[in-house]
Amino acid sequence: MSFAHTTHENSASARAQKKADRRRERSENDLPRSMKPRPVTKTITIIILVFALIYFLFPIYWAIIASTKTPAQLTSSNGLWFAVPFNKLGDAIAANYSVLLGWTRGNFWRWVGNSFLYSTVSAVIGTIVSVMAGYATAKFRFRGKGITIGIIMGAMLMPAALLTIPQYAIFNALHLDNSMLAVIIPCCVSPFGFFLGRVYAQSSVPNELLEAARIDGASESRIFFTIVLRLLAPAMVTIFLFMFVATWNNFLLPLMMLSSENLYPVTLGLYGMVSLAVFNDRGALMMGALLGVLPVIILFLTLQRFWRAGLAAGSVKG
Amino acid sequence: MSTITSTKPKSAGAGASRKAARAVKGANSADGKDGMSVKQNKTKQKMSAAAKREERTGWMFMLPFVLLFLLVFIFPIFYAIYSSFFQQVATGGGAYGGGELVNKFVGFENFKYVITSHDFWAGMGRVMLYTVIQVPLMIISALVLAMLLDSFIVKHVSGFRLGYFLPYAIPGVIAAIIWVYLYNGQISPIVKGLAAIGINVDFFASNMVLASMINITTWTFTGYNMLIFLSALQAIPHELYEAARIDGANGWQIATKIKLPNVRGAALLAMLLSIVGTIQLFNEPQVMQTADPGISRSYTPMMMAFNTSRGFLTPKGDGPSNAIAIVMAIIAGLLAMIYAFVERKVNEQ
Repeated sequence: MSFAHTTHENSASARAQKKADRRRERSENDLPRSMKPRPVTKTITIIILVFALIYFLFPIYWAIIASTKTPAQLTSSNGLWFAVPFNKLGDAIAANYSVLLGWTRGNFWRWVGNSFLYSTVSAVIGTIVSVMAGYATAKFRFRGKGITIGIIMGAMLMPAALLTIPQYAIFNALHLDNSMLAVIIPCCVSPFGFFLGRVYAQSSVPNELLEAARIDGASESRIFFTIVLRLLAPAMVTIFLFMFVATWNNFLLPLMMLSSENLYPVTLGLYGMVSLAVFNDRGALMMGALLGVLPVIILFLTLQRFWRAGLAAGSVKG
Repeated sequence: MSTITSTKPKSAGAGASRKAARAVKGANSADGKDGMSVKQNKTKQKMSAAAKREERTGWMFMLPFVLLFLLVFIFPIFYAIYSSFFQQVATGGGAYGGGELVNKFVGFENFKYVITSHDFWAGMGRVMLYTVIQVPLMIISALVLAMLLDSFIVKHVSGFRLGYFLPYAIPGVIAAIIWVYLYNGQISPIVKGLAAIGINVDFFASNMVLASMINITTWTFTGYNMLIFLSALQAIPHELYEAARIDGANGWQIATKIKLPNVRGAALLAMLLSIVGTIQLFNEPQVMQTADPGISRSYTPMMMAFNTSRGFLTPKGDGPSNAIAIVMAIIAGLLAMIYAFVERKVNEQ
């Protein structure tokens, strides 16, 4: 939190956010008597909020506890706490880790690596093409612009999972199914990314700057790569994040496209373990689940500001 | 700075032209509508080199996205429509078709199969029931949490915000796996705890399983929607609250008269996107199937389409599964239209 704020001190939205946060922190004293909550209102509010927090965090907490347990300990020990004392915890974790690697036939880190590769490549390509297209529609006139925007925005309402079935048929016909491209290419296109790129290009690329650069004789591609991309850098981080997570979390697409275990992303690999009838090492699987979401959690914690920026843009649209 | 409208006239030199355009626009608005069209016709005929260059540049930047979009969205839609009129049949005789598989045109046969399929409509019914319960539950919870967080009552808003949003970082499949374990009577502290206070629940019972899935989806996406609403709430200028305060409004009035109308748009959009999302329900039942054999291969239409494509259900193959997908898309479109229509009607009142 504080990290995001200090590194992006110069950004206007960060400052506004910080101000809003600060205002809320000290708001209690500011409030006039008529707006001050009665003690009972305050108590009920806090109870609801804390209860909700427990609901959202409990499964994650349980997964952490469970990841240190053997199948026997999972059924017999207290589900809310570790089954072994703290000094033995390291051994328990190591034991489950080797069980996890055993079940995945040593593929576990390969799956995580695949997820990382698919998400990074598709998010990088997707971000660049989204920003380019967003910039084009925000700053240029060309024939067919209105209808193109309309179709892309309409695609945001398209049930995307339905496309996976014909996509599979097409990739199959091209003999590209069961390849990395089969996961990467469909994940490169995000109508939401285009929408964000357009909104940001409209709001943060001043026409005067483009005009000045043109008068100076800069070519359009030079203007884009040296000026526009720099101005849109925060927007690009936001789009990258959304696309990265969308690809990381995707399940149906790799399930349809991939048949070789060594191409699986981590979601599909873990699902494959669960769907085995003989599988019983749930603690080890929880460890795999936690390790498999760690990269996304890290992105969440370090780049919170960009999440909020993207969601705020989504909320204005309505 | 507004975007450039598509009919603005243009002369040489991009920089100068924009200023000229603005001047012309100003003159136009003074002239009134007739003057505008006359002037535009004149300038259109001599569409300058600069305008042509602008058009070329615009499309150049547009092109990579458009090509990918055509490949990933548009082409598959047309392919799905085309292939839904075919079925794979084996040439040659024999029960298993001795020869090669060929595509045979079957007309509307696949659609007839989908529309008359009991399994399809049973799945559709489940998904509808699921949508009708899950979407309002999630949106209202998210709204309530966002309003409470924005009510100036609690400190540490950022901590709560992060805690609520965290489940969104967990991939749907992994969330489903964790919850399936938490529904398991042998290992779950929830089931055991409830049993200890005399409540025995079987989360996999046939009348519970849909609720169990609703819980998984709600857990994953409530925080995401809450954050959208919170952004909308925090965008409300603080002055509004001060004005309300001067007028003697209390906290409840501020919540219902100022805050709620301001997040309305965001909430309605989130609702629409959630309806479209839940129609494709797949991950949760697919994972729950591993623990509950009672969930069939056609439990939801999306599962039916997947298993048809995989050949686990007959008639199998691309044609029938694409027909299922198309019928689903049409139903989703109809639902979205009905929702938008009802929403507009309600708005008018």
